[in-house]
Amino acid sequence: MTIAQEKNPPVKLPNEPTITPQIVAEHGLAPDEYERLLKIMGRTPTMVELGIFSAMWSEHCSYKSSKVWLKKLPTSAPWVIQGPGENAGVIDIGDGQAAIFKMESHNHPSYIEPYQGAATGVGGILRDVFTMGARPVANLNALRFGDPSHPKTRHLVSGVVAGIGGYGNCMGIPTVGGETNFHAAYNGNILVNAMTVGIAPTNKIFYAAAAGVGNPMVYVGSKTGRDGIHGATMASTEFNEDSEEKRPTVQVGDPFVEKLLLEACLELMATDAIVAIQDMGAAGLTSSSFEMAAKGGLGLVVELDKVPMRETGMTPYELMLSESQERMLIVLKPGREDEARKIFEKWELDFAVIGHLTDTERMVLSWHGEIVGNIPIPPLVTEAPMYERPWTLTPLPPVLDAAEVPAPEDYKASLLALMGCPDLASKAWIWHQYDHLIMGNTAIRPQDGDAALVRVPQSTKASSHKGLAMTSDCTPRYVQAHPETGGRQAVAEAWRNITATGARPLAVTDNMNFGNPQKPEIMGQFAGAIMGMAEACRVLDFPVVSGNVSLYNETEGRPILPTPTIGAVGVIDDIAKAVGSRLRAAGHALVLIGATEGWLGQSLYLRELCGREEGAPPPVDLAVERRNGDFVRGEIVGGRVAACHDLSDGGLLVGLAEMCLAGGTGATMKLPAGAAAPHAYLYGEDQGRYLVAIDDGNALVAAAAAAGVPATLLGYSGGDSLVVEGLLALPLAELRAVHEAWLPTYMNSAA
Amino acid sequence: MKAAVLVFPGSNREGDVAQAIELVTGRRPTMVWHGDGDFEKVDLIVVPGGFSYGDYLRCGAMAAQSPVMAEVKKRAAQGVPVLGICNGFQIVTEAGLLPGTLMRNSHLKFVCADVHLKVETSQSLFTNRYQAGQVIKVPVAHAEGNYFADADTMKKLEDRGQIAFRYCSPEGAVDGSGNPNGSSSNIAGVFNETKTVLGLMPHPENAVEPMFGGTDGKGLFEGMVEALS
Amino acid sequence: MKARVHVTLKNGVLDPQGKAIGHSLNRLGFPEVGDVRQGKYIELELAETDKAKAKARLEDMCKKLLANTVIENYSIELVG
Repeated sequence: MTIAQEKNPPVKLPNEPTITPQIVAEHGLAPDEYERLLKIMGRTPTMVELGIFSAMWSEHCSYKSSKVWLKKLPTSAPWVIQGPGENAGVIDIGDGQAAIFKMESHNHPSYIEPYQGAATGVGGILRDVFTMGARPVANLNALRFGDPSHPKTRHLVSGVVAGIGGYGNCMGIPTVGGETNFHAAYNGNILVNAMTVGIAPTNKIFYAAAAGVGNPMVYVGSKTGRDGIHGATMASTEFNEDSEEKRPTVQVGDPFVEKLLLEACLELMATDAIVAIQDMGAAGLTSSSFEMAAKGGLGLVVELDKVPMRETGMTPYELMLSESQERMLIVLKPGREDEARKIFEKWELDFAVIGHLTDTERMVLSWHGEIVGNIPIPPLVTEAPMYERPWTLTPLPPVLDAAEVPAPEDYKASLLALMGCPDLASKAWIWHQYDHLIMGNTAIRPQDGDAALVRVPQSTKASSHKGLAMTSDCTPRYVQAHPETGGRQAVAEAWRNITATGARPLAVTDNMNFGNPQKPEIMGQFAGAIMGMAEACRVLDFPVVSGNVSLYNETEGRPILPTPTIGAVGVIDDIAKAVGSRLRAAGHALVLIGATEGWLGQSLYLRELCGREEGAPPPVDLAVERRNGDFVRGEIVGGRVAACHDLSDGGLLVGLAEMCLAGGTGATMKLPAGAAAPHAYLYGEDQGRYLVAIDDGNALVAAAAAAGVPATLLGYSGGDSLVVEGLLALPLAELRAVHEAWLPTYMNSAA
Repeated sequence: MKAAVLVFPGSNREGDVAQAIELVTGRRPTMVWHGDGDFEKVDLIVVPGGFSYGDYLRCGAMAAQSPVMAEVKKRAAQGVPVLGICNGFQIVTEAGLLPGTLMRNSHLKFVCADVHLKVETSQSLFTNRYQAGQVIKVPVAHAEGNYFADADTMKKLEDRGQIAFRYCSPEGAVDGSGNPNGSSSNIAGVFNETKTVLGLMPHPENAVEPMFGGTDGKGLFEGMVEALS
Repeated sequence: MKARVHVTLKNGVLDPQGKAIGHSLNRLGFPEVGDVRQGKYIELELAETDKAKAKARLEDMCKKLLANTVIENYSIELVG
């Protein structure tokens, strides 16, 4: 195709409908957005062009409501190689190695079809990471479901968990961590946030920016079908010659093909044939080709009839907007097509040269020799709508005095109630369905520590191995009560969880799940959470390197709890020095690090035992966080600590109970003199605290005092009961039975 | 000991077992692609875990028909030892090298967990480092590990001492409590008649280092090295 | 020519999926449902016009790959 031809206006296909205001509206473009489109195009668009604008200017691809706020997050540090804007974030972890990671939501598809929705969510995030040249080494998942009593919840849990396992297990990537919560606010909008962490050599990282006019653009992976083309297509049935075949379908994942795609891509990446590579995720071929060209400041010609197709009668519109899974777009160096083709054919995958790069800065789409779309690329990016939507911050609720919260009549019953409640009950039923051991590098398994810990395969013959610690955290009830505090707390808890293993927290990926941003109070939640997160990331030297925004999580006007999920990664230079939270031996001193006022506002104790969700969430003093965490980490890598657990949901007593159950050892503690009221001391959710098991408790208390860190010797490990002198003596067997029974009992009971 | 590890499209624990073999022998095994029906002479052939061909149709069914498996059958008949782990166990049963079959777990879910195994015999090239009756802890990770064979076959397996490992409690009781998948007679692994082919569902290759799941699986690899070097 | 192959578990072989389906149907208000057996249905397009030849080839396919005759039965139906 010549440049002259490329400037031709597109032809209208037979049966192509005339663009009406209704069709524009069905594509989710506001009238003023359509005006912008007309100004850029200088004419009425064809259907495929309209579809491309609609996809590129969707909230999902353009971040039009969130961008102004996301810019406020700190994104750089000396160890950051690539911040937000690429497929995933990249950080330097030393020895010529990089960790590449990102978290992404697949909320709506998972609610519609839980198995496939969750499975394709995992598939998508895996592709984001291996697109950049990394071999994925771990997956995590943050899941939020509705009230357990809601009729759909059980089915959703079952499908989502099976889908995550089905995809990750087949791919052979261990699923090592995550979190699962339940709350009625998620009844109509569950959250499925999937995170992948991969490892690559720092000198072999691949980016999306296309380069080299004339270079071939290659399509690899699965064939394109009509998967996940949004409802808008349905409304324009007359567009299709074969209307019987034309139904938008749920995207179905094929982890087997993705495994082949992973191996084939890594094999090709080991050569030097690749110029740029981009996976086809949301908005498929449209966003992938567009981003590659836009980032490279180039144009491209796509010959759509060359795209491998799974179904007959597919149109250019469908090919550009299909969200079929397990596909990649690659720009090759000239003349390297045959070498690349051989690799993909060996792995039994499709391989097709579907276009080439030009210097026109236009996206030209051809269909059997005729031009069907011709869009200037830069204005679509620079003129994209961006909104600073009105926002109102949520005021800080009044602080709830612990005296206003009744103490339990029976401490044993209260602890059993908490340890058996849906949010704290063991999630073993879930993670036993995930292969968390494959690759043979999992050092801290689910439930055995605050963060998962995975060995980094060494590039050199070193005597010690590095470990990557990873976690996902958010306490949505805190964010709901006060978004700034909640945002701060989510980041701080992730930092603390990494710290509790002995690793240095390095960077964050954020998955911002919120309601309708057109409501000022929801936009205010978003803004507040960002402010809190930004401050915490700055103070803790914990930049955001990748992320994802999911808005409009509302059903019948009822929004979800604002849920900015924080995925985080840290590194420990010698994995042998890391600790988990298992209390494995008798005779260890139990030392509480950090100050305890007994903060019961927004606590789980308040919600689960008093049925109240109120008060201000616990404040987060970031300087104290940093001081306490740095101290604890120093003790761990100094080899003095046997086990460590951060204190969060449920407070001190729940933290201690979790340590006892994980390690199978009991403990006896007593309340220190002058402590807050027992229920506030034991169940308060004050921040910046760790519970440490150590041989020499007095030495730790002394070292803490020298460092200006509050530390209290509470008791010792041993026996087979959890004892709080004067208040509670609970055999671990009884505690374990309650803790482990809830989820399997719930899942096995009749719907 | 010179080992070959087969690789099928969808294999995913080939690296784990190669790592375990290298740890014990100091020597990286040869990786053999499924289309390669003519690979070098080795002392041991390992069919690794994974989801060969996506576990589509039936686990192991399509891999069992590959060129490399035709060669494996030939060599097994000549007495070359074959170790099938997890999906590899499914493949070697589908290929007819071992009796019985692996069905869907009775609870229908994938299960990844440490299990306890009772070593039934020390009299094999695979188990000579263990004592008969010894209890070892190794992980399983599968959705189709529920061993099934007809009554005649089961009787033969028992009579000829072809059962290698059974699931048991931590104390060694062979009962329902330790059975993760509903396997007949708690069978976790079986031999062929000459005990030169072993298939097992658990993953000894994921239990060879203290920090990463313990070392109870290491004996299997050390035993093979001793028998085959 | 099109062929339809049904693969079913042999009698006496435990079918956990069939059992689960039966339980669910009972729970959903279909108490009349007793034993449930789940199988597979495979459709194949064959470039073959001779029915007898096609049938023989399909038998071979079933024995070699489509069914595991240790636990499964199969039936073959030719259409068109």
